Amino acid sequence: MSSTTQTAPVKHKSISYAGWGYFFIAPFIIVYILCALIPLLSTFYNSLFEYYMDGLKQIGPNFVGLQNFITLFTPRADGRLEIFNYTANTMIMWIMGAIPQIVFALLLAVIFTSERMKIKGQGFFKTVIYMPNLIMASAFAMLFFQIFSSVGPINQIITANGAPAFLFFDNEWSAKSIIAFINFLMWFGNTTILLMAGIMGIDQSLFEAAAIDGANSSQVFFKITIPLLMPIIIYVVITALIGGLQMFDVPQIITSGRGGPNNTTKTLVMALNAYIGTSKNYGMAGAVSFVLFVITGILSFIVFRSTEPKKEKKGGKK
Amino acid sequence: MPSKMEYIDKGNKVSLLVSRVVSYIFLVFVTILSLFSFYLLLINSTRSNAQLQAGFTMLPREHFFDNLATAWNDQSIFFLPQGMLNSFIVAAFTCILTSYFSAMTAYGVCVYDFKGRNFIHKAIILVMMIPTQVSALGFVQIVNQLGLTNTYWPLIIPAIAAPATYFYMKQYIDSTLPLEIVEAARVDGSNEFRTYNFICLPILKPALAVQMIFAFVASWNNFFTPALILDKKDVFTLPIMLSIVRSRINSQAGDMGEVYMIILLAIVPVVIVYLFLSKFIIGGVTLGSVKG
Repeated sequence: MSSTTQTAPVKHKSISYAGWGYFFIAPFIIVYILCALIPLLSTFYNSLFEYYMDGLKQIGPNFVGLQNFITLFTPRADGRLEIFNYTANTMIMWIMGAIPQIVFALLLAVIFTSERMKIKGQGFFKTVIYMPNLIMASAFAMLFFQIFSSVGPINQIITANGAPAFLFFDNEWSAKSIIAFINFLMWFGNTTILLMAGIMGIDQSLFEAAAIDGANSSQVFFKITIPLLMPIIIYVVITALIGGLQMFDVPQIITSGRGGPNNTTKTLVMALNAYIGTSKNYGMAGAVSFVLFVITGILSFIVFRSTEPKKEKKGGKK
Repeated sequence: MPSKMEYIDKGNKVSLLVSRVVSYIFLVFVTILSLFSFYLLLINSTRSNAQLQAGFTMLPREHFFDNLATAWNDQSIFFLPQGMLNSFIVAAFTCILTSYFSAMTAYGVCVYDFKGRNFIHKAIILVMMIPTQVSALGFVQIVNQLGLTNTYWPLIIPAIAAPATYFYMKQYIDSTLPLEIVEAARVDGSNEFRTYNFICLPILKPALAVQMIFAFVASWNNFFTPALILDKKDVFTLPIMLSIVRSRINSQAGDMGEVYMIILLAIVPVVIVYLFLSKFIIGGVTLGSVKG
């Protein structure tokens, strides 16, 4: 690791290069502080102020303490707590997409890594399943909006038999399902590749031993693959969850920013975007950001806890 | 007992055949699932508005170039070629800065034993998971104060500090770059930046290529930050244009053939790049992942 200090005993060769490290990391650190850290702190600072645009008139910034958070967590007159609804929408749509995503990815990863089956054309299949991940979410959103629109191909099939057109984006569950489906489609390939790497890391002799003992494929899958893959599955699930919390492009474009019908597809980040961009309520935007930050922080903490012990194991293995 | 062995063998062969067939069927299903939207997009981009209104078909028609001309020349709300150029400029600069400077940082942490290096490493890993959206408000306010709205600086400069790219490059350098090379270069009188730029960077090429592709695609597809910073027609990037097309459709139908063509043109460059480099991309996902 630190070979410069290791060879230090030769006294005269003591020109230290260590200081050069600061020049190498300087651009990154300076830019990070200016473009991410200061904005982050100023975002949180904003959350303590009453600060919004009333038409063209700017209100504030007036220091109000935690008032924005109180507003955020106070139910409206009709008993709805908007921040809770947005979080719930985000999570429901994420779960609806994540379950098939993980299941498909697991199946595909097992198929691709199976020594016994030796699937041909793997390169082609992997290329194809990863492709949706690279397409802009906005293009997917547009495309699916077109496919499911009142005059799109799906409704042409429905109306061909004389039935009235089904307005997919006016129904909470069909709208949520379409958004979840797009997320599933975009991410299952990526998850497959990650899980494949995990399976390939499992000691092959375990599979051979199981085969000799006469275990069938489903026994191997549930008794060997899944338990040994658990740390990576947890990693994949939680990083996907953190990604899911940031869900924005697809619902934003597919519902034209309204999160319709009736705010049932509005996500946390859509609400944040509306506070920053549309209503310019910076105080509330700061409060929403802080909530998002806290949730992400808790989840990241779980990721680190679940991947930490793995590192020791890796050192022993190779 | 040869007969029993044969029996087991035969049973294994049958079950192997069954699981192969089932697997291939599943793979074909997944392939169709992944490709049908692209297929639909391609077909629909070859059909005129009237044909699109008339009904859904599986076969291409002859209006591809009409739609292309309409989408390419339409300047009513935005100018598509301009958007493609804008997206390209932002994505190209982003991917170069991200890969170069994040690799440089990783190199600095790997090669030099400076004070606080462990702290820096841990700090970068710690902030890796923070979504950009969380600091967006403060960022947009600073951009406004500096008068940088509707410029590309706020989209390009932050790319210098990409914690995820740093993490990936750190893993890669730890496992592939022998420090003896750096020492040897010093003996030959090369200065430290020269060593990095001309000796070590070439060794990191495979990992750099992967990160450049990812950064390019991520920037090309980025919607959240540009949408908060750009609001003038001639600086729009493609995802913003798509969101405008979407909101226009709500009010009046417009030319559907053009709409499909715009979506197609927005994704074609990335698909082409991907098909050429898919091997690296798929290999690259795992390279920097949990497995290291």
